[in-house]
Amino acid sequence: MRALRDAEVETNRSAERILVIEPGRSLQTYWLDLWRYRELFLILAWRDVAVRYKQTVIGVAWAVIRPFLTMVVFTVIFGRLAGLPSDGATPYPLLVFAGMLPWFLVATILNDAANSLVSNAQLIGKVYFPRLIIPGAAAVVALIDFAINLVIFFALMLWYGALPGWRILFLPIFAAMAVAASLGPALFLTALNVKYRDFRFIVPFVVQFGLYISPVGFSSAVVPDAWRLLYSLNPAVGVIDGFRWCLLGGQSQLYLPGFLLSLGVVLMLLWRGIVYFRRTEKSFADLI
Amino acid sequence: MSDVVIRAEGLGKKYIIGHAAARERYGTLRDAIAQRARNMVRSTVNLVHGRPNVPGDEFEAFWALRDVNFEVRRGDVIGIIGRNGAGKSTLLKILSRITEPTEGRVTIRGRVASLLEVGTGFHPELTGRENVFLNGAILGMTRAEIKRRFDEIVDFAGVERFLDTPVKRFSSGMYVRLAFAVAAHLEPEILIVDEVLAVGDTEFQRKCIGKMADVTNLGRTIIFVSHNLAAVEALCKHSLLLKAGRLEMTGGTTDVIQHYLSAARSSGDERGVLNDVPSELSLLQVEMLGPAGALVESVRSGEAMSFRLRFRNDSDVDLRDVNVAIGVKNPFGQVITMLESFFEGQVLTFESGETLIEFAWPRCPLSAGVYSLSVWVATRKLIICQATDVLSASVEAGDFYGTGAAPPSHINCVFSHFRVTAQSVADKVEA
Repeated sequence: MRALRDAEVETNRSAERILVIEPGRSLQTYWLDLWRYRELFLILAWRDVAVRYKQTVIGVAWAVIRPFLTMVVFTVIFGRLAGLPSDGATPYPLLVFAGMLPWFLVATILNDAANSLVSNAQLIGKVYFPRLIIPGAAAVVALIDFAINLVIFFALMLWYGALPGWRILFLPIFAAMAVAASLGPALFLTALNVKYRDFRFIVPFVVQFGLYISPVGFSSAVVPDAWRLLYSLNPAVGVIDGFRWCLLGGQSQLYLPGFLLSLGVVLMLLWRGIVYFRRTEKSFADLI
Repeated sequence: MSDVVIRAEGLGKKYIIGHAAARERYGTLRDAIAQRARNMVRSTVNLVHGRPNVPGDEFEAFWALRDVNFEVRRGDVIGIIGRNGAGKSTLLKILSRITEPTEGRVTIRGRVASLLEVGTGFHPELTGRENVFLNGAILGMTRAEIKRRFDEIVDFAGVERFLDTPVKRFSSGMYVRLAFAVAAHLEPEILIVDEVLAVGDTEFQRKCIGKMADVTNLGRTIIFVSHNLAAVEALCKHSLLLKAGRLEMTGGTTDVIQHYLSAARSSGDERGVLNDVPSELSLLQVEMLGPAGALVESVRSGEAMSFRLRFRNDSDVDLRDVNVAIGVKNPFGQVITMLESFFEGQVLTFESGETLIEFAWPRCPLSAGVYSLSVWVATRKLIICQATDVLSASVEAGDFYGTGAAPPSHINCVFSHFRVTAQSVADKVEA
């Protein structure tokens, strides 16, 4: 009881803050608010992770099976049947898997984050919190799957006796780039999805399409040099090239102008996504 | 430092709503297709301009809330009452920052927690334990706070044995109890509560009201919306009355409730003669009177009230030895009580011309609900007046027993005075 009263006094002292609610007033303390709600962010992310494989028989093994089978299929189709070249001496399955790591991350975030607001409609209508938390939490779930895939990838490298070398130190940077590349468009899409549910149908289509126009099953070196810069407008190209560069131990070369262009597109999309999301956020509860 | 913790100035919230144009409503297939096409074009234009997509052909601005001003002082417990659609929920949504006002401003001092629903964010796949943490975080508690109060919460809900069961396997009662238990342990400075006491069984409701009363004694500021006028009266000293989006009245809860109930009376329509049986006696009017003897459309349980019947005897002779009866039916059409002049030992006489008969209840014994009245008049030999369902009497929840306790609102029943005695029966087992 004593401790309880002390805690109350403490909250009284610390939280005497004044809040003004007015039309069109964007909260100056938005980013601070986001920080204040970090526990909610973590717990929503934890919820999504905990729920993901509930009531499945093989549970988290699904996170392994999906990319593994995709790798086998792509290796057979692009490596064997189409006979496309690998980067340097890299075994084709490794090339595919190194491309699939970021692609699955991007695709999962795009898909889950874009649907995240609508699937949490109930929460949005009843409680206030910075809405950015919801797509953010969806991204965390995708990162967990990504970590599992990374372990498989390293097992695969051991199997082939390949070593990543010092470049692997850059992996976190490229992973961050992958998250940024998907979160930017996802913020756009999820905010639009609140108003127009058409986007629910667009997202799976984009993801499916993206798998073929991004260099997942093949190396981006097979694209003719004249088209390479244009090809790099697809932000996934820079991300995937970056991953191959840092994971495949110097067998993949990084095409720098293309990579910088991709990076620019990624940052641009992220910035626009956040701006649009922030602008429409206040009306989510009315429209959802 | 002023002691006003919430100040609302000129608050308004506008929604755009769409209707189907009148001429389009029952069109041919061709019209329907043309209309669809037109709508699709319009939606696309909206999309391009980034406007929200409202279905319909004609649009109108609808002010869910307009020009609302009020102040709440630290430690106040304020009730908000009003009919459905009066803007109560919109006001709460603005105060809890879920939606933005269209005009006006609100200034709030202190940490706000709002409870617009019990069990927001509960995930059916997660266990009771996990949901306590999830729901607590959603309502704005920190992990440390939840941990500290975890045992209390579980104890309050009474679901210890099922803590590690997914809540989708819970009975609905257990689910609601757990959800309310989390909410009841919030410790904000300002608490905003919507109609959340209307859940669970009677025993649990009583526990909730008790808990709310405890919280109010701790000096927290609370804004409380409920259709349960008895609960509002028991908990709130002051109340706001909203009507069609505007603030109709602020003041002491008793006065506001009184005003609300008398304002709810609609203009009684005069219908010529009400009885089905042709006879010299006509029933002209049936009215319900409130505690002040004025016409009302609804009363509260436990209040003084009466029904007034106006008859006209068209013959020149007095009608003697007459029994007048009122049957009260619940919403399911079952007669739950009869009032007969005969029961009171009264033998009535209708003289030529008009007569007023009044049946009074010192304390209205009906629980909340809408009841229907039928009237019969009989002489010793035959029924001379029969009028079925001549008045619908709406009763709002009130404090019949003077204890603040009442049965759940979905049970339409009659209250009666009674005594309870308890006597322990010594029947010791020998050790």
